[in-house]
Amino acid sequence: MNPEGTVPMTDTSEPIPSGAPDVRRPVAASGSKTAATPVIERQARSVTLENLNAYYGGNLAVHDIDLEFPANQVTAIIGPSGCGKSTMVRCINRMHEEIPGARAEGRIMLDDLDVNGPGVDVVAVRRTIGMVFQKPNPFPTMSIRDNVLAGLRLTGVKAKDADERVEKALRGAGLWEEAKDRLDSPGIGLSGGQQQRLCIARTMAVEPQVVLMDEPCSALDPIATLKIEELIEELKKTVTIVIVTHNMQQAARVADRTAFMLTGGELVEVGPTEKIFTNPDDERTEQYVTGKFG
Amino acid sequence: MEASAIKARLTAPLGERSGRARAADPAFKWLLTGLAALILVLIAFFFFFLAGKAEPAFSKFGVLGFIFDNDWNVSKSIYGALPLLVGTLITSVLALVIGVPVAVATALFVTEMCPARFKSPLTVLIELLAAVPSVVYGLWGIFVLVPFLKEPSQWFADTFDFLPFVGGTVAGPNYFIAGLILAIMILPIVSAISREVMATVPTDHKEAALALGATRWEMIKTAVLPYSRRGITGAAMLGLGRAIGETIAVVLVIGNSPTIGKQIFDQGYSLAAVIANEFGEAANDPLHSSALIAAGLVLFVLTLVVNALARWVVTRAEKKNGKAFTGSTITAQTPIATVVSES
Amino acid sequence: MSTTAILPTISKRRRRADMLARGTLGFFTAIALVPLGLIIYYLLSKGLGAWSWDFFTTDPTGSFLGTQGGIKSAILGTLEMVALATIIAVPIGIGVAIYLVEFGQTSRFAAIVRYFVDVMTGVPSIVFGLFIYTTLVVAGTGGSSFAGWKGSLALALLMLPVITRSGEVVLQLVPQSLREAALALGTPRWVVTMKVVVRTAIPGLVTGSLLAVARAMGETAPLLFTVAVVNGTTFNLNERMNSLPIQIFQDVGQANDQLVERAWGAALTLVVLILILTLVARLISRRSQFS
Repeated sequence: MNPEGTVPMTDTSEPIPSGAPDVRRPVAASGSKTAATPVIERQARSVTLENLNAYYGGNLAVHDIDLEFPANQVTAIIGPSGCGKSTMVRCINRMHEEIPGARAEGRIMLDDLDVNGPGVDVVAVRRTIGMVFQKPNPFPTMSIRDNVLAGLRLTGVKAKDADERVEKALRGAGLWEEAKDRLDSPGIGLSGGQQQRLCIARTMAVEPQVVLMDEPCSALDPIATLKIEELIEELKKTVTIVIVTHNMQQAARVADRTAFMLTGGELVEVGPTEKIFTNPDDERTEQYVTGKFG
Repeated sequence: MEASAIKARLTAPLGERSGRARAADPAFKWLLTGLAALILVLIAFFFFFLAGKAEPAFSKFGVLGFIFDNDWNVSKSIYGALPLLVGTLITSVLALVIGVPVAVATALFVTEMCPARFKSPLTVLIELLAAVPSVVYGLWGIFVLVPFLKEPSQWFADTFDFLPFVGGTVAGPNYFIAGLILAIMILPIVSAISREVMATVPTDHKEAALALGATRWEMIKTAVLPYSRRGITGAAMLGLGRAIGETIAVVLVIGNSPTIGKQIFDQGYSLAAVIANEFGEAANDPLHSSALIAAGLVLFVLTLVVNALARWVVTRAEKKNGKAFTGSTITAQTPIATVVSES
Repeated sequence: MSTTAILPTISKRRRRADMLARGTLGFFTAIALVPLGLIIYYLLSKGLGAWSWDFFTTDPTGSFLGTQGGIKSAILGTLEMVALATIIAVPIGIGVAIYLVEFGQTSRFAAIVRYFVDVMTGVPSIVFGLFIYTTLVVAGTGGSSFAGWKGSLALALLMLPVITRSGEVVLQLVPQSLREAALALGTPRWVVTMKVVVRTAIPGLVTGSLLAVARAMGETAPLLFTVAVVNGTTFNLNERMNSLPIQIFQDVGQANDQLVERAWGAALTLVVLILILTLVARLISRRSQFS
């Protein structure tokens, strides 16, 4: 499917609460918004959080969260600044514990396996659950090609496969046309948006099951943002995506499901994106999405 | 300081300032400028004075002749400094080969692997090595290291004599011991600068590596070392500069034999050591004095070149990484080594 | 779900490489600490034995046989010469630092001065000794060839770049807003510099100076050519003086057990003095951070 292809607007005559983002704007097809069957190229795994509590030293930053991220779908996490969205997501690929004094308690299920359990190899977890960061961070001393291969090199990729994998990853990130003539130039020579797509290519190259995105577009301009949102629509055919965003319009555009968190690391509500923005169950959710606070 | 407090302490009564008060500012500036200029004048002055005193030796043997002739024979009044130069280089290179890997390893350990509560004590301990004066290293070297290492060195020389430069009889003091002590002496400064460089690696890149499923060591290889490489090179060169100029510790443990040894366990000599050693007896021999001063000049220029190169490498690294990491805050955490470094 | 493993296996090779690398790093770090331990051990075990009341209160006798005396003249000589060196080096060093920070941010001249101060930090101490030797000692300036004050000059040359460099760093840390606030009140520039900037930076300046003093105390080479050796205590800086590093250096060369023991005792004394200075410097710096 062509990321730039247009799709029909959702047809609804229900009134929309004033102030809520208009979910009837043209969006790419997604499983929960239209009647068409979702396109799945590779069955990804789902992630389920059970009783997740995350601490920085003695401070509780994420409070008793039960949350499911269904396979091959995009789930957005929204909420005011500092409410613990990033912290929660960083627990999923066990990056949270890299901070001195930080720990996460609870179960983090990747399908049937608790990746937060004893005896689980953190390195393997991060191989399977990838991450795209807020600020694009290609390795500065490496070329575009080497950046894409960085993760693969850890497990040994054969030289003849390397070129194929690089092309595949860059195509998958929508960067091939722009980068194919400069594969050996430094990764940091690209523009911000291109760098972020390079990071996505790098993450996808190791073929993870889940990709976590921590405000991936907040450092980018609107056009670059749009390109990445289109990319996300493509990526969910092969991976499960969790995206943290402070931009509600973005959540409305790309996410199948949306979870709303409040300050203190509390999960207020989760559900299909359209419902969260048009007819949420919790009053606090409604106040947030209509802009009354946050 | 509160604005009112500043005002109360500083401002002169309102109104015109006297001619003397107005002259104070420019006078102050010129005084300080004079001091700064003094430094330049001093350096230039000393350099030319030294060159002048070295001139007799240079004119007798030629500048190149002096530096590259392999014959330092005091009794015959022949002064070719090659054995000294070679000795300086051998010991300094040995110091680098032994010291830099250990220094970089400690820097890596402290920044990437060490639990937080050990970082400070470990750092302080390594810094303490810099507080030991040169003469104490020499004392310890000659009375502890030399006897201690004599047998193991001999065993090593016998077992590994197929290696180049290894073999022969182990003299008491020798190149190797001098190189070893120099390695210990440059350890703090190379470690301190490497540590500062590594601390500036942006967390972003380290996280990117970890998030790809890299082990700790792989993360260091991917994110920390490439970023720090230039800075570490600069640190190593600064260490080299120090090793070249080190006098007292070397003169006590190198054996003071003005020949070019063939093995690392031979006795040798260095530029700095010869000056310290023969200076007394040269007092009444103008040619000898001149030769020693010429050796000092060679040493001076050598350290200038190495340090200039080192500084250039480090500045290039700082520019590339966008952050300055040498000469940062002098605080309780500042490595002594970057401030107190001895020759 | 499928029966295949949910997480990929990480190859044993990678795990082993990781463990090996970490082990090596830890091992090398331990190696780095061994010399320190050995030096402390030997200093204490051989040096403490030499310490006694006599050790600190008698001069070396310089005789071949019989008692060798203590190190009184050495300690006093070191203290005197380093004190003079400090008096010379600190004002000039801080003055140049002030110049570089307050007046020299953009000028070419200042950049050159800064570069050469950096150059000076790398000059071997023996070369400084040679400097003073060829200019002052040979010429017999001041009516004597070797003299304490000439040694002090050589030490001052050594201390100068260190004081300037650390001073520059500290002065630059003083926030620009402080200067601007004072200037905006109509305060003359020189008053702002001395009473606001320098006053704020004093703890850092003192720390840098103390560290420079600690370094100067341990230097031998510059003194070899400028002060030579003498046994008696003297307070006349225009004469030859004894000093701790020179005393140790001398004693090491002698094949006499008593002298060797004295050398260890003197070495311990010197290291203790240096450590005290360094400790005081650190404490001052730490205190200023909490004030």
